[in-house]
Amino acid sequence: MNDMTPIRHETTLKDWETDQEVRWCPGCGDYAILKAVQRTLPEIGADPAKTVFVSGIGCSSRFPYYVESYGFHTIHGRAPAVATGIKLANPELDIWLVTGDGDGMSIGGNHTMHLLRRNLNCQVLLFNNEIYGLTKGQYSPTSRQGTTSPTTPLGSVDRPASPCAFALGAGARFIARGFDVSKELGGVLKAAYAHRGAAFVEIFQNCIVYNKDVFNDFAMPKGAEERQLWLQIGEPMLFAKGTQGIALDVEALTLKVVDVVDGDWQAAGVIVHDVTNRSIAHMLVEMPFGPFPMALGVIYDDPRPTYEDAVLGQDAKMREGKSTDLKRLLAKGQTWTVDPNEGHPA
Amino acid sequence: MATQFADPEAPTKNSPEAVVVRFAGDSGDGMQLTGGQFTLSSALAGNDFATFPDFPAEIRAPQGTLFGVSAFQINFGSTSIDTAGDAPDVLVAMNPAALKTNVGALKPGGLIIADTGEFTKRNLDKAKYEVSPIEDGSLSKWQVLAFDISALTVEAVKPFGLGNKDALRCKNMWTLGLALWMFDRDRAPLIEWLNNKFKKNPTLAEANIAALNAGHAYGETAELGGQLHKQHIGAVESEPGLYRTITGAEAVALGLVAGANLAHLPMFFGGYPITPASSILHYLVGLKEFGVTTFQAEDEIAAIAAAIGASYAGHLGVTSSSGPGIALKGEAMGLAVMTELPLVIINSQRGGPSTGLPTKTEQSDLYQAVYGRNGDTPIPVIAARSPGDAFDCAIEACRIATQYMTPVILLSDGYIANAAEPWLVPDPADYAEFPATFLADRNGPDGTLLPYARDAKGARPWIKPGTPGLMHRIGGIEKNPGTGNIDYSPEAHHAMTDARHAKVNGIANSIPPQEVTLGESKGKLAVVGWGSTYGPILQAVRKARAKGLDVHHIHIRHIWPMPENLGDLLRSYEHILVPEMNMGQLKTVLRDQFLVDAKPLNKVSGQPFTIAEIEAAIEGALA
Repeated sequence: MNDMTPIRHETTLKDWETDQEVRWCPGCGDYAILKAVQRTLPEIGADPAKTVFVSGIGCSSRFPYYVESYGFHTIHGRAPAVATGIKLANPELDIWLVTGDGDGMSIGGNHTMHLLRRNLNCQVLLFNNEIYGLTKGQYSPTSRQGTTSPTTPLGSVDRPASPCAFALGAGARFIARGFDVSKELGGVLKAAYAHRGAAFVEIFQNCIVYNKDVFNDFAMPKGAEERQLWLQIGEPMLFAKGTQGIALDVEALTLKVVDVVDGDWQAAGVIVHDVTNRSIAHMLVEMPFGPFPMALGVIYDDPRPTYEDAVLGQDAKMREGKSTDLKRLLAKGQTWTVDPNEGHPA
Repeated sequence: MATQFADPEAPTKNSPEAVVVRFAGDSGDGMQLTGGQFTLSSALAGNDFATFPDFPAEIRAPQGTLFGVSAFQINFGSTSIDTAGDAPDVLVAMNPAALKTNVGALKPGGLIIADTGEFTKRNLDKAKYEVSPIEDGSLSKWQVLAFDISALTVEAVKPFGLGNKDALRCKNMWTLGLALWMFDRDRAPLIEWLNNKFKKNPTLAEANIAALNAGHAYGETAELGGQLHKQHIGAVESEPGLYRTITGAEAVALGLVAGANLAHLPMFFGGYPITPASSILHYLVGLKEFGVTTFQAEDEIAAIAAAIGASYAGHLGVTSSSGPGIALKGEAMGLAVMTELPLVIINSQRGGPSTGLPTKTEQSDLYQAVYGRNGDTPIPVIAARSPGDAFDCAIEACRIATQYMTPVILLSDGYIANAAEPWLVPDPADYAEFPATFLADRNGPDGTLLPYARDAKGARPWIKPGTPGLMHRIGGIEKNPGTGNIDYSPEAHHAMTDARHAKVNGIANSIPPQEVTLGESKGKLAVVGWGSTYGPILQAVRKARAKGLDVHHIHIRHIWPMPENLGDLLRSYEHILVPEMNMGQLKTVLRDQFLVDAKPLNKVSGQPFTIAEIEAAIEGALA
């Protein structure tokens, strides 16, 4: 986000829609994410003229064409680097980076890592559909083991990468999770925007053509209570209508699921969500789905100085009191003069 | 350029017009520093000069080895100097390995100054000498002046209580002192420099000064068997004004700063460490006060991508690398072509392919610059011919990039980047400004916005994000010729491909016609070059013309698009010879563009052409 512009810009959802025909497959999860973003932008008072959506390549990366702001659809994997240049050139711009599991975790994994460790002030929305959609269904770095695809007819053998664990390992100071059709997605986006620094949001997105309903195990409305742990700042980590919670197994230094009887979560040892606790954040993003519910919402939020502030602050310091006389610069160093009358050094 | 050293009776007043000296030693011996300081001394003496630093890719190769030899050659004189010289008159060899790898280049009758203190059994073994060459007569076609510089240095710095290792490190200053005596140079600027360099350690400053003085005194007083004469190389007649020494890397950095200034833009420089391009980034880091932002990216791709992002946001984006890094940037260069954003890409070429010869020079990336991208992706290409010329070329690259909304490639090379020459300091006020403009209002009919509408030059408007009311989307995907919205219809792709080509071809209207560097605009033989072959071609043509040969020199700065008169000019000669440090790349482009029978002269040894090599080819072509 950008806190240098105190002025709230008044817009409506309509103001954020472009005249471009949306070209995603009917039923694609991207539609829901687009709406959630377009709904959130007016709520946070964003200014279309100062908002830039930057993307790489892939289905998700078509996103900028559908948002009435500035937009840059770059090349495969390189959006974080382009965003870094934009932000350093004009830190007043609000940057939303839209990427996918192939774009951000595979071909552009290196840039994602460096953007996060540098802590460039922007929002990174990684649409994770666990498949390459635009290239017609090859398995991706986040595909689960055994995923059959045109390139893995017997099932993929490599273990999947976990985007949130990767981001945390890279030094990200904000980690959140949501999924395309969840009503809480807007709140997650708002929290990401409010975080000054690189805010990493993994959004599970249903690719209805090549990886249909792969997230249904936790995203289906039916039984969601038992399978989703929506984290609330300062609140106990409860799910299943408060009958179960997450506690710390102090002996093993792991998390465990505990039963909560009569709402007495304290007696059950359920922990309260402290978004600044990096150790717990590591455990939450690594929490295996199945034995545990899926951790969703803001998992970690602990800001520290941003990259552009540090760079531009240092540059300003280096400029202090220095002459900007180009003529003098050119004549620096050991010089000598050739006399007009003599034609050789005087 | 004849050496006087062979004649012990030669009076000092008959000093030669030019002398070539090569300092060679172990990579830890400080030969580049010695050469650099001798260069400054030549500058202050008013000589014209050209230098050629030649060092190994290894930072500190094992001591005494053949592959660890670092050399610095300087050609200085009272006449115009355009190359670092074909063959040295004097070779300073700090150890057997330096002697072995360099003596072959020395002129017959030339002088070898060798440090016998280093000619130990161990070092002779490392240099693969069975017997000391100083003793076995194998150096008989040269003059040999061998004495124990190591011991003399240790003796000279004794009062300062340095350890043996530190004491020996002053050897290069002892040698420099002797060289300063040989060429009648003032020691004062060197002493000032040493005091400044070792400000924090006055003992080291004093020891180095003592070594310098001792070397000088040795020349003055020692009985050197009549081999060594003090000689004075007079000042060259040159255009009046203020001069400084400049390397190509410095000139590129200063040219970029000047170019951004003339465009009224802040500059964003994205780079990734690579030899021999890194020095441009190092230099620019110190120039933040001129509106420069530097970014050391995580890789070559990020470096160019960030520069594109900065250009999109209204800065002049610049990135720089050498061949392998430029290859990695290829896809992003296409993005800059497609989004039509200004960008300057500098390639300090080195020997290739792959890692190739990291510290050696070559000009084998011309195809890469002109053709090396997917799709029909025209990018203007400019080539600098010398360190000083790189300044003007960098400004020209900034002009074309911002005026035509296009990436521009500036070709330099390892030789230009590292070599130094005297530079008549220009006045920035003498350069025409080319202020960049940004779109402020909607430019289409009925209040619409057309990000890909074109001006008379074919350039689209530059629209900075942050400008109210001008929100739009751009990207690497094919687009509608006006709105820039996604459009991959056959008509749109054809129209946009044509428009991108027409724009780049049209740059030819804004560049000066090709001039003949030396000679007339028609005749028997044109020697056509580009880049750092400028010096040897110019001298070779000058020499051949002095012999009465009908030969002319054309040196091309604008590689793409080429000057409009170039085809007609080339066709006015009977023969065309193209010397290049590659397998004939410009030659192919000339043949393709103008259907002329251009003949190649190729050299890919990692070393610049000698004048003699080109002279021989000229004589061969006219035979």
